[in-house]
Amino acid sequence: MAPILTVSGITKQYGGLVAVNDVSFDVAEGEILSVIGPNGAGKSTLFKLIASFVRPTRGEVRFKGERISGLAPHIVARKGVVRTFQETTIFKGLTVRDSVIVAHHLRSHAGLLGFYLGTKAAREDEAEFGRSADEILEFLGLRAVADEIASNLPQGSLRALGVAIGLAANPKILLLDEPFAGMNHDETRRAVEMTRAVRDRGVTLLLVEHDMAAVMRISDRIVVLNFGAKIAEGTATEIQSNERVIEAYLGVEDETIGV
Amino acid sequence: MSTSARLATLVIFVFAVFVAVPVLIGLTHRTDFYYTLSSVALLAIASGGVWLTFYIGRINIGQGAYALMGGYVSAILVVRYGVSFWITLPLAGAFCAAASVLIGLPILRLRGVYFAMVTLVLTEVVRLLALALPITNGAKGMVSLPPPGPISLFGLTLVPSFDTFAERNEAFYYLSVAVMCVCFAALYRLVHSRVGRLFVALQQNEELASSMGLNVPALRVLAYSISSFFGGIGGAIFAAIAQSVYPSSFTVADSVNFMLNCFLGGLGFVFGPMLGTLVLYFGWDLLFQAGQYQLLIYSGVMIALMLVLPNGLLSIRPLNFRKRVRPLIWRRS
Repeated sequence: MAPILTVSGITKQYGGLVAVNDVSFDVAEGEILSVIGPNGAGKSTLFKLIASFVRPTRGEVRFKGERISGLAPHIVARKGVVRTFQETTIFKGLTVRDSVIVAHHLRSHAGLLGFYLGTKAAREDEAEFGRSADEILEFLGLRAVADEIASNLPQGSLRALGVAIGLAANPKILLLDEPFAGMNHDETRRAVEMTRAVRDRGVTLLLVEHDMAAVMRISDRIVVLNFGAKIAEGTATEIQSNERVIEAYLGVEDETIGV
Repeated sequence: MSTSARLATLVIFVFAVFVAVPVLIGLTHRTDFYYTLSSVALLAIASGGVWLTFYIGRINIGQGAYALMGGYVSAILVVRYGVSFWITLPLAGAFCAAASVLIGLPILRLRGVYFAMVTLVLTEVVRLLALALPITNGAKGMVSLPPPGPISLFGLTLVPSFDTFAERNEAFYYLSVAVMCVCFAALYRLVHSRVGRLFVALQQNEELASSMGLNVPALRVLAYSISSFFGGIGGAIFAAIAQSVYPSSFTVADSVNFMLNCFLGGLGFVFGPMLGTLVLYFGWDLLFQAGQYQLLIYSGVMIALMLVLPNGLLSIRPLNFRKRVRPLIWRRS
C-alpha cells in the first residue's frame, strides 16, 4: 500500500543548531506511528514540520503524493493533516461544546457572508455541526462536561478535548502531541483506549510521546530520534532490542523504556 | 435574556434616541446638545470598530488614523471634485477598509503590546501625511465643506438638503444616530453569527485556530478592515458636521480615547463602546469644573474603574439588560 504520508530528508536548522537532521520515514494509512526520543531530540520540531507550522531548511513532506511543506498550516489542515496541541493550548474561555463546534469550520458549505446573513446553507451547517459535535463528545466521553468552560476541565478531559477539536476538522491523519504526558497509570490506559478507538474510525495517527510503556503498547511502528537524527525505526519488539536506542536512553532505568 | 426582552430594549433605545432626546432638546432649547450627542454617536461608531479588533485579541490604539483618513477622503471628494456627500460616505469607509488591508497584512502578525505600539504610531503617521500631501491642503486643512445635499430617487426627495433645516445640527443628529444604530446592529449580528465565533477562536488561540483550518491571517484582516470601515465612516460624518477637517482633527489622544471607551463600556459586550463613549465624553466635560485637577481625577477614576470593573460598566447590569457575548472574560494575550 502506498504510504499516506512521506517524510523525506527533512532538515531544520535554527542558525547553527540542527534541530532535525535528514529524517525520512513513511506513514502507512490506518497505522499508529509513534515518534520517540530523549528530551531535545527534535520531536516537537519534526511535528511542527509535518503540520507545516515551520518551514523545513531542506527536504519535504508529502501527503498522498502531494508536497505540503511550505504551505500555510490552515491549508495543510484542509487537506487532512491536522495536529493537536498539548493541553495548555485550548480555547480557554469557550465551553467544550462550542470549542468543538468552532472546530467544524472546515466542513462548512456556506461562506462567511452566508453565515453572516444566516442563509439556509449556513443554518444547515450549524445544525450539522451541533449534531457532529455531540457525537464526537459522546465518542470521547466528554458529554458530561460539554457545557463547562474549557479552562475548568481536569487534565485528562483537556487532552480528550484536544483530540475532539482535532477530530472535528475531519482529519485523514491526526498528529497527537504527547497525548499521555503527565498521566497516571489509569488515565494512560483510558487514553490508549481512546487513541485506538480514534484509529478504528479510519484516522491514521502519528504520535510524539515520552511515555515509553504506552508507546510500546499502542504503536504499530516506532521511529526513534536522537540529536535530531533518526536512529531506528521498526516495531516495538525491534526497537526494544535495538542497541543504538538503548544507548541513546542510557542512564534511563531499563524499566522505563520497557526493556 | 429572552427575545422579547431584547426586542423591548431595542424599541426603548430607538424611541429614546429618535423621539425622546429631540423632544427634550426642543423643550429645554438646549440645541447645542444636538452637536454634542452627534459627536458621541460618531465617536461610538469609531469605538465600535476598535472593539472589534479587541474581539480578535488585538489592542488597537490607531483608530484615529482611519477617522482622520475617512474625514479627508470625504472632504477632498466633496470640495475638490464636487461629489455628493452621500456618495463620499461609503467611499470614505471603503477607502479606509482598503488601506487597513494593506497596513493590516504586515502589522497584524504582531501581538499584544507590539501591535498596540505600531497602531499608536499610525495616527501620527496619518497626521503627518495630512500635513505633507499636496491634496490635503497641509496645516490649513480642508474648510468650508458644504452641508450634505438632498437624496432624491426618481424625483422623490428621501432626505431633504441639510440647508433646509432651521437647526442644521438637528439633521446631523438624526444622521449620526441612524448610522450608529446601523453600525451596531451590523456588529451585533456579526458577533452572534458564526463569523463572530471564528473571531473568538482567533482571540483565544491563533495557533489552534489555524490547526483546525481557519485562515487566520485573512480573518484577522477582515476584522481589522471592518473596524477601519467604522472609523472612516465616523470620521467622514464628523468632517461634515464640523464643515472642516484638519491634521489635528483626530490625534493620538483620540485614538487612546477610542480604546478607553471600549474598556470602560466592557470588552465582552457589543454595546459596551456605545455606553463607554457616552460616559467618558460627558464625564470629561463634567470634570471641567475641577480645573487643573481635571486630568488627575479623570485618570484616577479610570484606573479605579478598571481595577473594580475589569469587564466594564455593562458588567454591572442590575436589570440584566445587555446580552453578554462569549467569551465571558477577555484575556490579555
